[in-house]
Amino acid sequence: MSKIRFTEPNREILARRDSIINDLTRLVDPAGLITSADECRAYETDALTAYRKMPLAVVLPKTTEEVSAVLKYCHDTGVKVVPRGAGTSLAGGAIPSEDAVVLGLSKMNRVLAVNYDDRFIRVEAGVTNLSVTAVVAENGFFYGPDPSSQLACTIGGNIANNSGGAHCLKYGVTTNNLLGVRMVLIDGSIIDLGGDYLDSAGLDLLGLVVGSEGQLGIVTEATLRILKSAEGARPVLFGFPSCEGAGKAVADVIAAGIIPVAIEYMDKAAIEICEAFAKAGYPLDVEALLIVEVEGSDAEMDATLADITAIARANGATTVRESRSAIETAAIWKGRKSAFGATGRVADYLCMDGTVPTGKLSYVLAEISKIVQRHGLRVANVFHAGDGNIHPLILYNANDPSQQSKAEAAGDDILRLCVEVGGCLTGEHGVGIEKRDLMRCQFDDADLAQQIRVRAAFDPRWLLNTDKVFPLDFRCQG
Amino acid sequence: MQTNFSLTALADAHVSESEKILRACVHCGFCTATCPTYLLLGDEADSPRGRIYLIKDMLEEEKPATPQVVEHIDRCLTCLSCMTTCPSGVHYMHLVDHARAHIARTYTRPLPDRLLRGMLAKVLPFPGRLRLALRVATVSRPIRKWLANLPGGTQLAAMIELSSSFKRRRPTRRLPGATVDRPRGRVALLSGCAQQVLGQNINEAAIRLLTRHGIEVVQPIDEGCCGALVQHLGYESRALDAARHNVDVWTREIENGGLDAIVVTTSGCGTVIKDYGFLLRNDNAYAQKAVRISALARDITEFLHELPLQDGVRTTGQVVAYHSACSMQHGQQVRDQPKSLLRRMGFVVREVPEGHICCGSAGTYNVLQPEIANRLRARKVTNIEKVKPQIIASGNLGCITQIGAGTGIPVVHTVELVDWAMGGPLPDVLGRRLG
Repeated sequence: MSKIRFTEPNREILARRDSIINDLTRLVDPAGLITSADECRAYETDALTAYRKMPLAVVLPKTTEEVSAVLKYCHDTGVKVVPRGAGTSLAGGAIPSEDAVVLGLSKMNRVLAVNYDDRFIRVEAGVTNLSVTAVVAENGFFYGPDPSSQLACTIGGNIANNSGGAHCLKYGVTTNNLLGVRMVLIDGSIIDLGGDYLDSAGLDLLGLVVGSEGQLGIVTEATLRILKSAEGARPVLFGFPSCEGAGKAVADVIAAGIIPVAIEYMDKAAIEICEAFAKAGYPLDVEALLIVEVEGSDAEMDATLADITAIARANGATTVRESRSAIETAAIWKGRKSAFGATGRVADYLCMDGTVPTGKLSYVLAEISKIVQRHGLRVANVFHAGDGNIHPLILYNANDPSQQSKAEAAGDDILRLCVEVGGCLTGEHGVGIEKRDLMRCQFDDADLAQQIRVRAAFDPRWLLNTDKVFPLDFRCQG
Repeated sequence: MQTNFSLTALADAHVSESEKILRACVHCGFCTATCPTYLLLGDEADSPRGRIYLIKDMLEEEKPATPQVVEHIDRCLTCLSCMTTCPSGVHYMHLVDHARAHIARTYTRPLPDRLLRGMLAKVLPFPGRLRLALRVATVSRPIRKWLANLPGGTQLAAMIELSSSFKRRRPTRRLPGATVDRPRGRVALLSGCAQQVLGQNINEAAIRLLTRHGIEVVQPIDEGCCGALVQHLGYESRALDAARHNVDVWTREIENGGLDAIVVTTSGCGTVIKDYGFLLRNDNAYAQKAVRISALARDITEFLHELPLQDGVRTTGQVVAYHSACSMQHGQQVRDQPKSLLRRMGFVVREVPEGHICCGSAGTYNVLQPEIANRLRARKVTNIEKVKPQIIASGNLGCITQIGAGTGIPVVHTVELVDWAMGGPLPDVLGRRLG
């Protein structure tokens, strides 16, 4: 398997491996330098295991200064660097190259400051998303973005991919919740962008860094906005006899100007998988399910729910069931957030990530079924419907090479469809290596050339996460 | 996840089982977040996902274990927190058991390591030898710092250090069973090897509790170690022998008098006995019998929870921090019953923050990996002390010993507290505090 090409490794770098490793021993703590084949192998892939490359070495720095020393060294000697958070990327964002050093931030996981008066928390980039909320929860605060992998994924990775999650419909994605970063540029210089409050002075360089997939620099510290938790929250399950009805209901809710906290979609295949795992009480006799969460005071929730229920009923909803307890609420979200992993019980899968206008959801869902059927495969859909961020899981057998190619071809067709209907190649997983060669569907050469110029302004030698995001044959023209 | 095993490799029953486990893993990385060693060390190779990946490569390539792979597998506590977290249902326990057996077959450990592991496997499962070893440890105490400088000496020193925390040693003997008039049930109560020597009071409390509820208790005289200890050290055939022996002993009890349950007060043992059906699946003579034994195994709190329970007779209300052993919450997925029993007896039960993370005991882990074990103990004790308990309760002697060595708050077995509340004697360590 190998639809996706990798560049030929630089033989001169490979030949210098021993001396590079020798030099790195002087820059990081010995426990943070990994060079044996067996130990490097643990870093050869992320959550897109279809692709694997053994790195030259792995460094796990403990401080911003160590990151700086490693980057400066790599810059001066022309060695590529692949940044890595928790390695949960579904788009291959953390997959190494053979001539690259992986720089992992997993040892940088300290909380540096919590300020409730000004409502921010400062953490090192290797802190996991969920542990940010865990730190402030006892005082009634939380951190907004909640990607489904929030238990494991790091804040650094969230910034690199501008991650969202179920609740970003109301609270926004990473870029709306990030106040500042400390970041190391490829030449080793350490810079601070933003501050402890929204919208700091000058050009919005912070906005540029968010979603740059580790190609502009390596973020080592982040200052995040924390929010006061709502008075109450209540997820409601709406079951529909058709996918189109559910898709139309989402479009109508959004069009009516109602902003629930989350609108999550599951089709029948996904419902069965998630219910078997989480026993959340999802209805099994429907074709599609919406999990809609509202929050606020009881009166507020009742009023919003009445409006949403009317819209759902008008679109044919046959089941309407509110969560009746905290335990039930936890199970409903556990099932949803574990959907990808739970799918592993049934089949291997490629998880797609695109966005489409919510008004096109019904059309897109119907087309996805056709595409996947055309390739002779099955699909499970589970995604953030409220902001049109779709995640079709294309089910296949990874031990059958022909199915692997079919799954990849189906995935490409689905992403092209997203672009055709006015959407985007990626919602929150990033381009990585997975969608690199599809960038031309989204952008013309002039667009790509401009993006490459920006990238080169930060990293003129293309050393940071080199093989990602931009089509391999395009970068030289930049 | 894609796998790449040769057909000849897959002909091996262990390999084909492991292949199925590996196929379920989607490499999502959720397990990294709840793995104690990844939390402390931050290296993918010290996470479940990393270990699974290293094991996959070792088995696929049919290659001998390397020192690096051994180091990372050895650092695994087998706490099974990853299995609770895993959405894909990856059976890490069976995979790592296979890896440990593969390591034992293909890797020669350095001599001090070999001697230490050999000694643990030859001493701990045998109460007589353990008693003797404890005496040796007591007299060696003054030289433990000197020992620590020898090759493999840090582990010996850790062992001596741990042995000194058994302050309440009483003369021990194998407990007889207990009969009752018109029994409403009959159970076998596992003696537990180390527990016979170090915590006889636990099973004494269990027997009082069971008989008080009309349950006849048998303690088969020739019952042996459950096999967990040798299993985790990679001695696969010895573990299977231990399992077969106990299957025979308990089957005899089932046939002569019947058993409603095999009741276990050491959750580490419970996890393995519940797995006998799997361990002996390829042994035609034992497979069916082992399934029956596994189905009868119950943690004491599971068993009590299903009985119409008597009320407590003492004034309780003490604040108890309940520490769930990993083998209890992850290995057996027994979560609510112990807390519910304690609450029913009137104790104020507090949940410990980060309760899913291991205390570092993990069988012989605190001897073999003292540095990580000590860091985990410190973390655990800090979390327990946050809830300001008067008593700490747990369902596993290993945790009781490990945590007890790091805090001044008394640590007791859950059944000791329940028994006291119902009229039994006050556990020794609570003597001065609540008496």
